[in-house]
Amino acid sequence: MTATLALDSAIAPPNGGRWAIEAIGIDKWFGSVHANRDVTLRVAKGSIHGIVGENGAGKSTLMNILYGYHRADRGEIRIDGKTADIGRPADAIALGVGMVHQHFMLVENFTVLENVLLGAEGGALLADGRAKAHAELERLGRDYGLEVDPDSVIEDLPVGIQQRVEILKALYRGAETLILDEPTGVLTPQEADKLFHFLRVLRDQGKTVILITHKLREIMDVTDRVTVMRRGAVVADLATRNTSKEDLAEQMVGRKVKLGGDKAPANPGAAVLEVQDLHVADDHGKPRVRGVSFNVRAGEIVGIAGVSGNGQTELLEALGGIRPAASGHIRLKGREVETRRPGLTARVLRRMGLGHVPEDRHRMGLVHGFAAYENAVLGHQDAKRYRKGWLLDRARMVNYCGDWMKGYDVRPDNPLLEAFSFSGGNQQKLVVAREMEHTPDVLLVGQPTRGVDIGAIEFIHKRLVAMRDAGKAVLVVSVELDEIMALSDRILVMFDGRIVGEVSPETATERQLGLMMAGIAEAT
Amino acid sequence: MEDAFLMIVTMASATLRVATPLVLAALAGLFAERSGIVDIGLEGKMLGAAFAAAATAAVTGSAWLGLLAAIAASTVLSMIHGFASITHNGNQVVSGMALNIMVAGLCPVLAQAWFRQSGQTPMLGQQARFGPIELPFAAAVAKVPVIGPLYAQVISGHNILVYIAAIAVPLVGFIVYRTSFGLRLRAVGENPEAVDTAGVSVSRLRYQALILAGILCGVAGAYLSTAHNAGFIRDMTAGKGYLALAALIFGKWKPVPTLLACLLFAFADAVQIRLQGVPVPGIGVIPVQLIQALPYILTVFLLAGFVGKSIAPRASGIPYLKER
Ligand SMILES: Nc1ncnc2c1ncn2[C@@H]1O[C@H](COP(=O)(O)OP(=O)(O)O)[C@@H](O)[C@H]1O
Ligand SMILES: [Mg+2]
Repeated sequence: MTATLALDSAIAPPNGGRWAIEAIGIDKWFGSVHANRDVTLRVAKGSIHGIVGENGAGKSTLMNILYGYHRADRGEIRIDGKTADIGRPADAIALGVGMVHQHFMLVENFTVLENVLLGAEGGALLADGRAKAHAELERLGRDYGLEVDPDSVIEDLPVGIQQRVEILKALYRGAETLILDEPTGVLTPQEADKLFHFLRVLRDQGKTVILITHKLREIMDVTDRVTVMRRGAVVADLATRNTSKEDLAEQMVGRKVKLGGDKAPANPGAAVLEVQDLHVADDHGKPRVRGVSFNVRAGEIVGIAGVSGNGQTELLEALGGIRPAASGHIRLKGREVETRRPGLTARVLRRMGLGHVPEDRHRMGLVHGFAAYENAVLGHQDAKRYRKGWLLDRARMVNYCGDWMKGYDVRPDNPLLEAFSFSGGNQQKLVVAREMEHTPDVLLVGQPTRGVDIGAIEFIHKRLVAMRDAGKAVLVVSVELDEIMALSDRILVMFDGRIVGEVSPETATERQLGLMMAGIAEAT
Repeated sequence: MEDAFLMIVTMASATLRVATPLVLAALAGLFAERSGIVDIGLEGKMLGAAFAAAATAAVTGSAWLGLLAAIAASTVLSMIHGFASITHNGNQVVSGMALNIMVAGLCPVLAQAWFRQSGQTPMLGQQARFGPIELPFAAAVAKVPVIGPLYAQVISGHNILVYIAAIAVPLVGFIVYRTSFGLRLRAVGENPEAVDTAGVSVSRLRYQALILAGILCGVAGAYLSTAHNAGFIRDMTAGKGYLALAALIFGKWKPVPTLLACLLFAFADAVQIRLQGVPVPGIGVIPVQLIQALPYILTVFLLAGFVGKSIAPRASGIPYLKER
């Protein structure tokens, strides 16, 4: 099936049109990682072309090569049918290629206008291009429904608007082909729909859109054609109307997958984590959590839904004891937690039976240069079982870690390998193993499956449900609605530092949650 | 009363003279750090420039040729720093420090080899130095009460490099805040990826910033050896590069606040010189060493206590690597 379908696009663009972009035989290595393997991608002019694939499949790498941010080791790029030598983003921009990166490329303390001007100033003095940019921004805003205040500072804007600025940057530079790398990760479903509407408008004007996502519903909704990538290679290239979600999921993973899984109803006991009127500020002193109260009971999973940047990060950090709270109370198993002093509390909390899988495993979950076994005991290194008198007992730590790696399917299961040599999914499983194997009564989990492939998602979800069934309290914070819906026994929705409502996963609809996440609707 | 006013006038004038190299070096650091390069090498660049200026002026008899040599030497040193930290992604502090140590050793050795005056350059005559300039009407208004002496003795009568430093502050402000180059410079110190994906070369920008830093340090060095003093002596920068860096932090990487910080440090230095050997009522004569430490103690206090939230350009100190 793959072979025949790959063929049909190789012959000629549909309806006698032209190719906007062709990548032919692209290979790219990062050190020992083969991120793109002989990838060929052809995108028809005036179409919306989707690219799906698990995390780490090489989608971003391919796009960054088209954009000139990375350079391919081998292969050819053609734009409008002509071979293009794209060595730097400037070359791609000049050829009409624009890209909205997965992680925004904005200068946070600059205004919108300054970010748009950067690299396209239109003269030696800023004043030269300013008026023109102002006018152009206004026009683009009107024509496409992308209004922003050009003088507001990026860090004060919600993520959805920041994304708009990224799109405006590309349009301002005259993009004919717009690449969007996982644009909907930071949007509510309604905002995503609005984005898709805008993409259709672009297409109808004859522009070309490449949309990367791992959400199959979006592919089905908006794309004309879809390319599936797996482990650096293209495994399928299909007309969207000839495929289905299930079909694509199977192509992505290489086997049938079951997301969410079945779980028995929860059997909650007493409240073990109690939060009362908590206020937390971010590093700049800006209040991010503004009066949050809730409980998590033993034997239940509570999910916190919300668009990223609405205070979830700070809430989780405060609960985990790594960020001081401005005011409010946290009680763990009935005992008041000292929230004003960071550092000390994280350790005390661990002793009291708190486990914490942080949102950002790169910065907080792991020490990258440490071996797996060292990471596996981190935070608990004082425990008797890892010690031989005053010294750490390396053999024993390695032993424990080896067992956990087998139990949690961490591959390769070599405790002596350094953390950075594992893939994202396996790093996450290692962190999850550490936190679960130190028998917490309350487990905080931030973005359990961010940057994790579908196979590992299934596994981590199963483990979390098993924890719950063993009578532990689990608090999950995730920006993935599907995940929240699949895992939680109760869902709390966070918006702008407050909990705007609680819903039950049985009765909640994605639409209702989306509206709540946007701060529009209340819980019913 | 008369005495006090006279003292204020002389102290103010001294403050400006001491502040000049600080201001120039701090502005050099501003360019470097705004581009994302921590420039601990200001000290070494200034010292190298001081030597180049003095040696050239001693040989040619021209202060201006000395200035050119100083700028050239300092820019070359800056490029070495750039080569290590931009092209090869080396640690910026380590390579900057290496520069300082290298220059501190190399200059006296070269001076000894060339001039055989125990590691110094020969004393420069008047014509090989930058002499005082009398501004227009200085003599005419000198008799006007208050304004007169202030203009004639504080503002007027410095050498050209002092005025260059004074002009440099608004000029740097203009470049940083009003030009396209300045926009890119500020951006690259905050988020080099944003600059890169906007189609602008990160390394080119950083090299440009280091060239500007080199030029400014060159002027600062020339000031030390051919204007403020009459020749090169070993270690004549005496920590001014670090002090400039402190002023830059204190000034939150902005030109005018940085100027004010430099003036404050320079004032402390002027007070320090004044206090040497003068008995303080109730305490007696304070040991010279303690008094000389005054500007540095002030630095420590200011940086520890008062600056508080001085947020550095976010990407400064971090090499720009695209592939992990
Ligand atoms: N800048 C980089 N340096 C080193 N390795 C990278 C870099 N970017 C991506 N990789 C690696 O290349 C592989 C593909 O990553 P990526 O293209 O980001 O996948 P996707 O976007 O499909 O999730 C992954 O194994 C990732 O770790
Ligand atoms: Mg990606």
